[in-house]
Amino acid sequence: MTGETPLISARQLGAVFDVSKPWLNRMLALEAKQYLTAVDMVDIDIPKGKTFALVGESGSGKSTIGRMIVGLQKPTSGQVLIDGEDFFAISSEKKKMAMRRRIQMIFQSPYASLNPRWRVRHIIGEPIRAFDLLPASEVDGRVAELLDQVGLAKSDGEKFPHEFSGGQRQRIAIARALASNPEFIVCDEPTSALDVSVQSQVLNLMKSLQRELGLTYLFISHDLSVIRYMADEIGVLYLGRLVEVADRDTLFDKPRHPYTRMLMDAAPHIDAFGRTAEIVKGEIPDPINKPSGCSFHPRCTLTEEICRRDRPEVREFGTEKARVACHLCAD
Amino acid sequence: MLRPVDRVGFEVRAGEILGLVGESGAGKSMCGSAIIGLIDRPGRISGGEIALDGERIDNLPEDRLRRIRGKRIAMVFQDPLTSLNPLMTVGQQLIQTIRTHLPVSSGEARDRAIALLEEVGIPAAATRIDAYPHQFSGGMRQRVVISLALAAEPELIIADEPTTALDVSVQAQIMALLKKLCRERGTAVILITHDMGVIAESTDRVAVLYAGRIAEIGPTRNVLSTPSHPYTKGLMASTPSTTGTMHALSQIPGSMPNLRAIPKGCAFNPRCEKAFSVCFKDIPILEPVDGSEVACWLYDPAVNPETKEISGVSE
Repeated sequence: MTGETPLISARQLGAVFDVSKPWLNRMLALEAKQYLTAVDMVDIDIPKGKTFALVGESGSGKSTIGRMIVGLQKPTSGQVLIDGEDFFAISSEKKKMAMRRRIQMIFQSPYASLNPRWRVRHIIGEPIRAFDLLPASEVDGRVAELLDQVGLAKSDGEKFPHEFSGGQRQRIAIARALASNPEFIVCDEPTSALDVSVQSQVLNLMKSLQRELGLTYLFISHDLSVIRYMADEIGVLYLGRLVEVADRDTLFDKPRHPYTRMLMDAAPHIDAFGRTAEIVKGEIPDPINKPSGCSFHPRCTLTEEICRRDRPEVREFGTEKARVACHLCAD
Repeated sequence: MLRPVDRVGFEVRAGEILGLVGESGAGKSMCGSAIIGLIDRPGRISGGEIALDGERIDNLPEDRLRRIRGKRIAMVFQDPLTSLNPLMTVGQQLIQTIRTHLPVSSGEARDRAIALLEEVGIPAAATRIDAYPHQFSGGMRQRVVISLALAAEPELIIADEPTTALDVSVQAQIMALLKKLCRERGTAVILITHDMGVIAESTDRVAVLYAGRIAEIGPTRNVLSTPSHPYTKGLMASTPSTTGTMHALSQIPGSMPNLRAIPKGCAFNPRCEKAFSVCFKDIPILEPVDGSEVACWLYDPAVNPETKEISGVSE
């Protein structure tokens, strides 16, 4: 990372959920409280205008990180710094509001994230009204501009969400996110609900908006091929921990963590006819009772004694400064 | 009247995996349901024939169809939780299926059930057989569903998005299992998916569906690496990849038409860059092109490439 302050940084971010049974049940069954560590000491820096992507399988904590970074969920430990300022430490409601305007989110399902009873122009105009950005008379003009920016017609503003296809709805969600002139957008699986031909439309739109408006993205996906297309830097999550962070080309050319390598091998390749991926042992373990030492050790092909015993620290490798949490990684 | 599937024709041989690929609304699941006779009213098969081992099955009465369904043709659905009965142990469900189709005692059926669970890779099958579906993980559940499908040794398995709900590492396990079963047992498999990567790695032949019709069908390598139909070309060019050189994703404008408003002529014409006069009038039929079969007027020998006017396509 260069000397300049990143727009967004997460410092030792952690999220722990209490998943205990109700008090009485615990007393009767003599059970202790149970905790689920969804996010474990995660460090992320996102420079302005760049895309940082989080990839991981279900339960890896990628959405939880996204929610904590936009301020929808308070971290159990650690900090989220936006332009150097800790969002959860801001006491003045006014300053909080100003901070919220700069951050937006795009959700996975454009079917659940748009109010079905509102007209599109109302949906897109909502952030403008909520943050009181423009006089009421100018809102409609700005909405028309936003619709045009995401490739929809001005007349579409009069319609309701159900009149649109999935891809068009995601465009509406993007227009809404842009309405408050944000600098940073968290995109949580924005194209997973879309067909490929429509997915590419949305990905290309997001890329061109980033170029035009200088946006910074946190892009969350389980799909490595989409990640590769969108990201500048990539973090690979496994059971709440970042096991590897590297820039895109380094990660794809030289994946260092055994889990990253497994993920890349397991992802189906459109040009590998008749290939059978190397079979990985097992599935993601129960996050409440994580394996000791390195969480990946029961599925790893390289496991040694130290992997079962000690939690691997993050170390830097190569001139590319890839950060990898693996005992056995020796470049 | 809506026509979600229109004049679709294909064959699957024993030991072969045929892929049906397409985007949502292409009619791929409907093809699978039609073969196994599971089309809900008021839907019906309005034309055409389905033959299993040379014998026509689409016109059989329900009681005879029932003896085929589950025995000679089995189905694996996307979501393993909804296709297993949550109130019965995995063993009860397997034994019930086995005894419905094969004349064996319950003891024999149980032994067979354990052998099946072992075959699909469930560890400690002899004890896990008495567990309920919710006690299994997603991947293990899908293995149970596959073992159920295999219970009566079917000749054909229709797998409808069998790995869409699973993580990639588990998806790789399940696809490897399906391929192994297909090769070792000589079972024919129809694999329905929207994932081009899964199609490339697992199928021998593939049919690309668009708005209820086959746009292109042929050997998988042929169709995917040298696609002929503009839709297949567009689909391949808009699919991001984890390997190879990075290039900008091209995009197909618009989206799959609604069933109520399928365009006249070739259904792909509003999204096709190459559409010309005849594309807006008549529906193209499958013609052999470079080892595949393609339904596109561009490849029709009767169409004069000189006189066709390239129409300005508006959305």
